[in-house]
Amino acid sequence: MTAAQSKLYSDDVSLIVVLLDTNPFFWAASTSGNLPFSNFLNQVIPFLNSLLLLNQHNQVVLIATGVNSCDYIYDSAEAGGRNSIDAANVAAISSTILNRLENFVTKDARLAKGSDKAAAGGNGISSLLSGSLSIALCYIQRVFRSGARHPEPRILCLQGSPDGPEQYVPIDSCIVGPQHSAFLQQASYITGGVYLKPQHLDGLFQYLAAVFASDLQSRSFLRLPKPVGVDFRASCFCHKKTIDMGYVCSVCLSIFCKHQKMCSTCGSDLNQSPPDSTRVSRS
Amino acid sequence: MSGGVAAIRGGFDHPMGGDGERKKRRAEEEEEDDEDNDGRGMDAWAWEALQEDEAGLLRPLDSKTLVHAQYRKRLLLRSSAPSSSSSRIQKGLIRYLYVVFDLSRAASETDYRPSRMVVVAKCAEAFIREFFDQNPLSHIGLVTIKDGVAQRLTDIGGSPESQIKALMGKLECSGDASLQNALELVHGYLNQIPSYGHREVLILYSALNTCDPGDIMETIQKCKQAKIRCSVIGLAAEIFICKHLCEETGGSYTVALDESHFKELLLEHAPPPPAIAEYAAANLIKMGFPQRGAEGVISICSCHKEIKVGGGYTCPRCKARVCELPAECKICGLTLVSSPHLARSYHHLFPVTPFDEVSSMFSSKLNQKAPQTCYSCQESLAGHGNKSNLHVTCPKCNQHFCLNCDIYIHESLHNCPGCESHRSLPM
Repeated sequence: MTAAQSKLYSDDVSLIVVLLDTNPFFWAASTSGNLPFSNFLNQVIPFLNSLLLLNQHNQVVLIATGVNSCDYIYDSAEAGGRNSIDAANVAAISSTILNRLENFVTKDARLAKGSDKAAAGGNGISSLLSGSLSIALCYIQRVFRSGARHPEPRILCLQGSPDGPEQYVPIDSCIVGPQHSAFLQQASYITGGVYLKPQHLDGLFQYLAAVFASDLQSRSFLRLPKPVGVDFRASCFCHKKTIDMGYVCSVCLSIFCKHQKMCSTCGSDLNQSPPDSTRVSRS
Repeated sequence: MSGGVAAIRGGFDHPMGGDGERKKRRAEEEEEDDEDNDGRGMDAWAWEALQEDEAGLLRPLDSKTLVHAQYRKRLLLRSSAPSSSSSRIQKGLIRYLYVVFDLSRAASETDYRPSRMVVVAKCAEAFIREFFDQNPLSHIGLVTIKDGVAQRLTDIGGSPESQIKALMGKLECSGDASLQNALELVHGYLNQIPSYGHREVLILYSALNTCDPGDIMETIQKCKQAKIRCSVIGLAAEIFICKHLCEETGGSYTVALDESHFKELLLEHAPPPPAIAEYAAANLIKMGFPQRGAEGVISICSCHKEIKVGGGYTCPRCKARVCELPAECKICGLTLVSSPHLARSYHHLFPVTPFDEVSSMFSSKLNQKAPQTCYSCQESLAGHGNKSNLHVTCPKCNQHFCLNCDIYIHESLHNCPGCESHRSLPM
């Protein structure tokens, strides 16, 4: 962050915050399947380097989403940055990322031992997506505060674990993501990002480079994958299954799939006769 | 029959005394500098941007700590006033609010530039957007008072655009203001809303009197029985009848000192107020959560009655297409919302606990453990020398945050990154 502040920040300078899912339960299960974690990293790390190559002032921040914690792994702007990308630099960046990722995963696994047995839902253990999103948003706010000229920020979520229903409440806005996750579908739709679930994961680098490397200004000229229909359904609080029609408590807005006598969240008595949705004049 | 209610102008030891004095000062200045006054409105008080330091020398205001101090005052006031921060306060989340605009001749006064009415309309537009942002399931209607008669400007509705369009149309001021007529009109309309909704009125009053056809005390009692919460924001001076109205119905009465203060007071009504439990029946409302159609799907939408390509939401009960959410399906009457709309209201019920300030003395004692960077944005917390700058820490997860993140977390983000990033902590 030197004197290159005045004229060189055109609209295609980007800050990309990448949220990497490091849920060991998910990656262990997929080893025999499509994409082992090592292959995944083999695709993502060159992609991060290519982002830095696209523009001299591009900035990349990598945040890892674990099962018990989230943390910053790599920030391309810290420690004086770099003047030019050459072979030695690329190798240094890759090894930094790999070392820190390994430290993070070990620390994350250690944190799991203290807590009681992890709440395994029907489809698996979820990662703390909302935590890493909050951290990413705070970082982006800091970039906005740094002055009138700043890179255009966006968030890329690489998510493998299923959605955690207990994290349904706090997530309010995020940007890009590739996986069939109702959260990320809704979030990408609302914030104008791209939602993509690649069909062939061994070509992940090509998907990343073709779709997600484009900066926000150029996206209006490119033909990007259109949303196939966003799933805006909610999940009920009692069984955690997705419903498209349900009952909402008027006091605390909890969603239930069947009519209940008492709201389990706020304890209000719901025995009063439910009004039909059509307006009835009561005078 | 017109009965004017006298205004109580504050004396010098009355809390509103400063208001009257300031207005007199402002009026004098306006008379003097009327010629070269274009756009000088804010510069008239340029001395307020300076303050004295210990040596008596002038220096500009340290705005960063000032902003943070203001924010903390607001936060603590909000969380300490009704009860301790650990208890959950019930709030009325499904609100039916009527905003009453005073378009009497008092609204054409120019002590707010260019006139009170224009300033009120501009701030009201911002308020309406903020209101729907914070309360997606609520409805707003607009009412005006002109020539002693109250008229409905827009019907109560759930979409901000139609309300704002009506507001931006031609608005003229004339005649007297009548508080009773406005209350009667709103009372009639609010009787028709469903029983689970919270009924509210917000009156933006510029006049100093009210010309009523009957006994306004009776109207106030009627509103109180109908459980309508009336709040007033005054632009002139404190009026007894407004204060009485707000006290009887449980609303809040505030008087604005200048334009920015008015906007601040107005935006304070956007978050849901604490609810009185008996005021609205608790009901289970049947709602639908439609899916958004894929691009390229062709259908006839039920709101505009024309063919639309792509987008749109399908009602789960009758499969009709609606253009935007939240809405009521025109065919079967089901309330349609999307889950993000509901999620946007949750933070009112589960607010983030206020963070505790950490002074530099505290951190220098535990020097080894003091973190050097803010947990969420990695900004350095180190100040001059070895002491760290003023920062805050979350009482639940014990992570340290800088002041800017503190403001952002509590005002926009509504969840603590530290608590969200640790699974072992109970929510």
